[in-house]
Amino acid sequence: METLLDALAEAVRLLASGDAETVEILLRSLRVSLAATAIACAVALPAAYGLAFGRFRGRGLLVATVNTGMGLPPVVVGLVVTVFLWRSGPLGELELLYTTTGMVIAQALIAAPLVCAFAVAALQGGVDPGLRLQLRGLGATRLRLALALLREARLGLCAAAMAGFGAALSEVGAAMMVGGNIAGETRVLTTGAVLATSRGDFALALALGLVLLIVAFAVTAMLTVLQQRAAPLRA
Amino acid sequence: MPARVGRAAAALLVIALVALAGACGGDDEKGELILATTTSTQDSGLLDELVPAFEADSGYTVKTVAVGTGQALELGEKGEADVLLVHAPTSEDELVATGTTGRRLLVMHNDFLLVGPAADPAGVQGQAAAAALAAIAEAGAPFVSRGDDSGTHKLELALWTQAGVEPDGGWYEESGQGMGATLQIADQKAAYTLVDRATYLASESRASSPILVEGDASLLNVYHVIEMTTRAGDRVNEDGARAFADFVVSAEAQALIGAFGVEEFGQQLFVPDAGKAEGALAPAA
Repeated sequence: METLLDALAEAVRLLASGDAETVEILLRSLRVSLAATAIACAVALPAAYGLAFGRFRGRGLLVATVNTGMGLPPVVVGLVVTVFLWRSGPLGELELLYTTTGMVIAQALIAAPLVCAFAVAALQGGVDPGLRLQLRGLGATRLRLALALLREARLGLCAAAMAGFGAALSEVGAAMMVGGNIAGETRVLTTGAVLATSRGDFALALALGLVLLIVAFAVTAMLTVLQQRAAPLRA
Repeated sequence: MPARVGRAAAALLVIALVALAGACGGDDEKGELILATTTSTQDSGLLDELVPAFEADSGYTVKTVAVGTGQALELGEKGEADVLLVHAPTSEDELVATGTTGRRLLVMHNDFLLVGPAADPAGVQGQAAAAALAAIAEAGAPFVSRGDDSGTHKLELALWTQAGVEPDGGWYEESGQGMGATLQIADQKAAYTLVDRATYLASESRASSPILVEGDASLLNVYHVIEMTTRAGDRVNEDGARAFADFVVSAEAQALIGAFGVEEFGQQLFVPDAGKAEGALAPAA
């Protein structure tokens, strides 16, 4: 209990004093996870559109695969990415192991199935099937149709992006393996917390966890405000 | 694909790339060096002193990967790391035998401690290390092992062999975690464990898990630096490895090692050994 109180005090102190190392780790966590989320969205949203409205063989199987992907253990993703990025691996020449770029790749792979699965659900559940028929009947081009449907499902799509961001920001397995938790280069909030724990500095570890929560709250709150502003008024 | 969807997708990609560029800024320094080392050097905080001093001296950027000694040796052999700072002499000999290494230099040592509950149910206090382990097995008293192929784990297994005991049964548990975490687990479970002095002194668990056996020659914890060469892999940075090895055995680094922890813990955590003969080491403290 005392440790928890210490941690709370430590978290407040770290944030209030603008502790240089904490701020650095915090900004790196944000940069890496936001970049990963952006890439995941860029890939997963078009894919989700195709999965939600496409009619092709194996669609059900693909959706099931994407849904399974939500349970991908970050440490396994991290290991696979690490093997690819090894100097002796297929992508070794890029020298991306133990860099934040490598971490972005791994986190994008973790976030993408989440974004995709939630987006498929949002598009299928949040869009009135009648709207689609109606728009087609009115002769909308495929592009206008797509934009209208994405717009209609924007609340759910926003939630999908937030889920992806949360997964990227909170995972530790891939960040540890691919990034290596190198001070000043690839240490992020989660890996910093692991190191503090193994050093027996529980207050610092918990404080970093609290900082992580505060940041996650700030980012998702912004997205939520945008989302709720966009929410249609229902009678 | 219709133009506006294309544009929207392009805009998303640009955002992603900008964020990505921001994320990987600052990675392109003069020369990069991957140091694979053990969790004990990181958890004790020694690397936080050595690595910045080396970077300032040499201009290299060091990527320190702190893993178990088993994994560190594996990374070296595959050419995934340029230089190793490790503490498992027998396994190091095996790596050297593969012909992929450069120099292997003695850096420092500290020692392992057998710690456990103050009540000492197996009565190991003051015994020789192997005899103490035999007594723990005999009593079936709980013992937490690293179980992670680390240098500490390797030494522990060698001690069990010496004690003539096959550690097995409900009393013997493997944490699979680093030294700091394993010590906490042992402390929480009122179990015995083997811990290096540096981690022990840096940990808060020492209040409730006193030292029961120390000073035995078989408990020496010897660290070597090993240079890897391009024989391990084409991309190994031989020059960087040489520079780092030269640094850790230099007078400057040896002084840092000798002074490390004295202020905080009131005693030396590592004994600098550069240039000494392998057989001439004595337990710390």
